[in-house]
Amino acid sequence: MRLALREVWTAFRRAPGLGVLSVFTVAFSLFAVGLFGLVAYNTRLALERLEERVEIRAYVTEGTETDAVAAAVGDVRAFPEVASVTYVSPEDALKKARTEMTEFKDVFEPEFLPASMEVRLKPGMRDPETVRVVAKRLNGYAFVDDVRYGEEWVQKFYSVRRAATAAGIVLGIAFAFAAMIIIGSTIRTSVLARAREIGIMRLVGATDSFIRAPFLIDGVLKGLIGGAMAVVLMWITRAALTATVFAFQFFPAPVLVLCVLIGGIIGLLGSAVSVGRQLKRV
Amino acid sequence: MSSNPTIVKFTSVTKSWLRGSGGLQKVSFAAAKGEFVFLTGPSGAGKSTILKLCYMDELPSGGEVRVSGVSSLNAKRTEISKLRRKLGIVFQDFRLLEDRTAWANVAFALEVTGTHPKAIPARVQKVLERVGLGPKMQAMPSELSGGEQQRVAIARALVNDPFVLLADEPTGNLDDRASRAVFQLLRDINTNGTAVMMATHDLDLVRNSGFRSLELNKGALVYDSAEAPLPEREH
Repeated sequence: MRLALREVWTAFRRAPGLGVLSVFTVAFSLFAVGLFGLVAYNTRLALERLEERVEIRAYVTEGTETDAVAAAVGDVRAFPEVASVTYVSPEDALKKARTEMTEFKDVFEPEFLPASMEVRLKPGMRDPETVRVVAKRLNGYAFVDDVRYGEEWVQKFYSVRRAATAAGIVLGIAFAFAAMIIIGSTIRTSVLARAREIGIMRLVGATDSFIRAPFLIDGVLKGLIGGAMAVVLMWITRAALTATVFAFQFFPAPVLVLCVLIGGIIGLLGSAVSVGRQLKRV
Repeated sequence: MSSNPTIVKFTSVTKSWLRGSGGLQKVSFAAAKGEFVFLTGPSGAGKSTILKLCYMDELPSGGEVRVSGVSSLNAKRTEISKLRRKLGIVFQDFRLLEDRTAWANVAFALEVTGTHPKAIPARVQKVLERVGLGPKMQAMPSELSGGEQQRVAIARALVNDPFVLLADEPTGNLDDRASRAVFQLLRDINTNGTAVMMATHDLDLVRNSGFRSLELNKGALVYDSAEAPLPEREH
């Protein structure tokens, strides 16, 4: 291990420019992927906030006994898809309408607005199909006069969400693939620069694993440093965007750790492939 | 041929390359412990191929190469690595690490084969003194003459106490004086019990040494002095 670390240091001292280039390549490649990820992450958060607005409103026929509605509220709350149910009396509805639409506050009469059940669904169960099924079930209650859930809006929202997810996956893979090719080429260059050394090690009887060790350590270190640099660059970019455009959310800590680790893994794999190829040749 | 145990044995070895040129055709011979064997013949005759097959940098297309009990038919990569620790390999172009001193170049061969760090300095010093480079241990390769660089390469080859030294035209890049000095060094090494297989174009050297020679031509072994006296011939 000591020798492997010494060889890493010797290689860096011999060609510091190449070492720095490798670190920067990893950093900027991961930065490009991370920046895309940051946009995708914020788009997802925005869509999630929009999705929370999906609700089903079941209007109760005038004159229905409060007990019957209360019992139904209990039933509906037990539906596996349902997160919460709120009974909105005509008085509550009137109060809410007057608060939300102040310009019409004098127009509303107590008998003007019917009582209703406001049903919110659990996350992951707000897709058009589930919403339709729950709405149909609510419509089955005899005292329910009408059910509304903005069917068209829900469908459009999910189309947008699906398109955003698909684009995110395709572009994310393309970015990651491009990053891996660029990082792999740079690491290969640094391995080729030490081809003579590898050849001599083989001739004097060093085992493949012994020869690989310094290159793998080198790759992991460069990858980890590059990954950490990418995180710093992303943080700076986010701060700049937040100051000039709008408030961008930054990745949670586990994602940042993952980003650094991915750098290390790419460095490790890139080195393993490059040195493996070189070992086959000598 | 010597009565000592066989350390290198070629049995009907053929080697063909994808590009079609060079290679070997059914070459068979054996070299014994402590023997000095020259490989001669024109360029492309197969001298270097025989040496590469000995340290299993190449594997034969047909037949078998057996070196110190390791067979080309079933040798694993780790076995080949271990075999190479018992071989010394020297090239015409020295193959030194240019950014390390003579001392570090030799020590490198011990370090990468897992020798205990405390044992390294004494062994490196001893072998560098043996090849006559005691005063120049801390010199960089660029500060040494061709002959001295080849001595560093020989020291590196010797430091693991090999049973055979494989030398591929070790005097090819040297002037006459340096060539003679390097050859004398190889003779001394052989006298101390290490077998030497040396590829060379220098027929005078071969004739004057009295050592065994194998002559190759177009990949075929055309002459073995162990079986008949060396004929008068010109290349």
